[in-house]
Amino acid sequence: MTAATGLAVDQAARPPDLWTPLFKDALLAALVAALLALPLVGLQTYDIGGGALGIRTHFDWVAMGAAAVFAGRLMLRLYPRLRGYGTIGRRNETGRIAVWANRQIVPITVAGIAFAIALPFLPFSSRYLIDLGTTVLIYVMLGWGLNVVVGLAGLLDLGYVAFYAVGAYTFGLLARDLDFTFWEALPFSGLVAASFGILLGFPVLRLRGDYLAIVTLGFGEIIRIVLLNWAPVTGGPNGIGGIPRPSFFGLPFTRTAPEGVTTFHQFFGLEFSPDHRVIFLYFVILGMALITNLFTLRIRRLPLGRAWEALREDEVACRALGINPTNVKLSAFAIGAMFGGLAGCFFATRQGFISPESFTFIESATILAIVVLGGMGSQLGVVLAAILLVSLPEFGRAFAEFRMLIFGAAMVAVMVWRPRGLISHREPTLRLGGRPAGNAGR
Amino acid sequence: MTRPGEGRAPLLTVEQLTMRFGGLTAVDALSFIAYPDEITAIIGPNGAGKTTVFNCLTGFYRPSAGSLALHADGEVLRLERLQGFRIARRARIARTFQNVRLFAGMTVLENLIIAQHNPLMAASAFSIAGLLGLPGYRAAERAGIERARYWLDKLRLTERADWIAGELPYGAQRRLEIARALCTRPVLLCLDEPAAGLNPRESAELNTLLLTIRAEERIGILLIEHDMSVVMGISDHVIVLDYGRKIADGTPAEVRVDPDVIKAYLGEDEVDQAGSGQGAIVTPAKVGVQGPPAGACDPGFPLSRE
Repeated sequence: MTAATGLAVDQAARPPDLWTPLFKDALLAALVAALLALPLVGLQTYDIGGGALGIRTHFDWVAMGAAAVFAGRLMLRLYPRLRGYGTIGRRNETGRIAVWANRQIVPITVAGIAFAIALPFLPFSSRYLIDLGTTVLIYVMLGWGLNVVVGLAGLLDLGYVAFYAVGAYTFGLLARDLDFTFWEALPFSGLVAASFGILLGFPVLRLRGDYLAIVTLGFGEIIRIVLLNWAPVTGGPNGIGGIPRPSFFGLPFTRTAPEGVTTFHQFFGLEFSPDHRVIFLYFVILGMALITNLFTLRIRRLPLGRAWEALREDEVACRALGINPTNVKLSAFAIGAMFGGLAGCFFATRQGFISPESFTFIESATILAIVVLGGMGSQLGVVLAAILLVSLPEFGRAFAEFRMLIFGAAMVAVMVWRPRGLISHREPTLRLGGRPAGNAGR
Repeated sequence: MTRPGEGRAPLLTVEQLTMRFGGLTAVDALSFIAYPDEITAIIGPNGAGKTTVFNCLTGFYRPSAGSLALHADGEVLRLERLQGFRIARRARIARTFQNVRLFAGMTVLENLIIAQHNPLMAASAFSIAGLLGLPGYRAAERAGIERARYWLDKLRLTERADWIAGELPYGAQRRLEIARALCTRPVLLCLDEPAAGLNPRESAELNTLLLTIRAEERIGILLIEHDMSVVMGISDHVIVLDYGRKIADGTPAEVRVDPDVIKAYLGEDEVDQAGSGQGAIVTPAKVGVQGPPAGACDPGFPLSRE
């Protein structure tokens, strides 16, 4: 594909003939697509009985695919010409939607929160939808947490899931061995995860960019492998089960309760429904995510948050201004990790069962993809990207085995369309003569 | 003619400063004294070790030998013993860089507020008072903005306070970097080629600015500069380095006629003075000290060295 693009650029430089190079380029792209699709799509094995395999050909699918690529490529190359500019992905691209979203941030936020609160009570709502919403919100919270580290402090972290795991296992172990409830364990999960964040921070203080990414990747794997192999404590691959569900100020969400304990539905005089707990979990994570957001928005306008961003921009200049880079980096790691740990604690109580399988690298990659796709440092972008990334595979279930293909295509599309993320516009933390920056209420 | 600053308390005493990188001695037993409310210029051909002296002073390098003492508020701080960032914090030495280092993605005002990180961080009680929005922190932040506005006005950047720093024209970026350094309330300001890339008008403006800072703010200025119109026009005291050694030290008038300096810069031939702006006026015909040819700047600031 790179060769095809290069060729196209060379030919596009010649002004007089517009169409021939475009067609050639699209034809080449279609040819590459056909070659790729021939073995992947064109040939299908099937059982001809007796365990033997036969091959079925689908050359019509290949032809359709190639035609689609031809048309798509042609459109893609034609579009910028019609719009009057040459390249996709200009620097400082803000985009009308992002600019609009930033101007209308208050109404969008209010509408978003109102919708999130109303969701469980809407007529079309179902248990499945609320469950999906809960999952989306976990990823929103993780994305907001990672945004502190990656988006604000500019420290590329590929092992973020480690803190998620630490938070989940902290609650798992506290519940199993010391009978902690969710609410009692929550602060400990955050603290332990923050300590692990500092633990990771120390060895990587001098690293940046790719090198930092590799070490954090390793850290994520270390945590997962320790959880997998330290069987006497963590239960190894069997994980930890029977993690208690959260209660509503001491009222459990069960059909029946032991002597002397009032359940949620008894207390409020409701008919017992398993949906109560699902809805409650949804509101817990909604609250946790909103607190994360509020915290991040506020700290961004404080010296610490500005120092994070300054560190992202230029570490040498930071030192020349007397900013201690060690403290700034460690605080970013610790706070990012803390939110990961809190989300992990929630994950444990929601699932009731945790095992190392839930904390693989693909989770880190998904969370990072949410941050990058949303636009580094953008809180609203994280929400949009989390909705896209979590719900797309769900809604794509109708397409069966093609759903991951659609997922991948959507990610590529976003990166082509908005190379700096869905919302890449950075809002200054204060303006001269503008509103005072202290009231960072949103 | 009296020696500059004679009989007064020094601001910075550098003694036998030596910096070696492996076998290369970049700075060799350099000693000099800088006085408060004076502009001290360090000049020399490319590779003479000027920026290395700055990096030692501001804690980016740890000197191989020698001592650096800053005299401020009645106490003496040994800079070579302070950890990098503490020099800016405790000794209040601020610097700019040869190739401008701004927080390019942030606004002009944000750049200046970050420069006041340490006092504001203390005022926000390590973010706790700030998170709660306590009035003490808000007042501190307002004071910080006022301070930023003061320097914005002085450096004619007020109009562009909400611009993204990286989108400013080059001359404004240079000014912003100086403003940012000044926002840290320094006692000593180290400027690494502040006039590089400026046009003659901007360069003359810089002269005026530096003289104002010296007169009004009583901040000592240490200056590395190739633009002789700046050096000769405003310095009180010039130190000339060549191959890491000091070859001359004195007033601009003394240095200008020093045979060693002329030799170091011009070799045996006389090269036409290419100085800009006031250079031609300040420098006697053809015996001026020659700046480097255009485009032959020192290599960029080395990032990797601690």
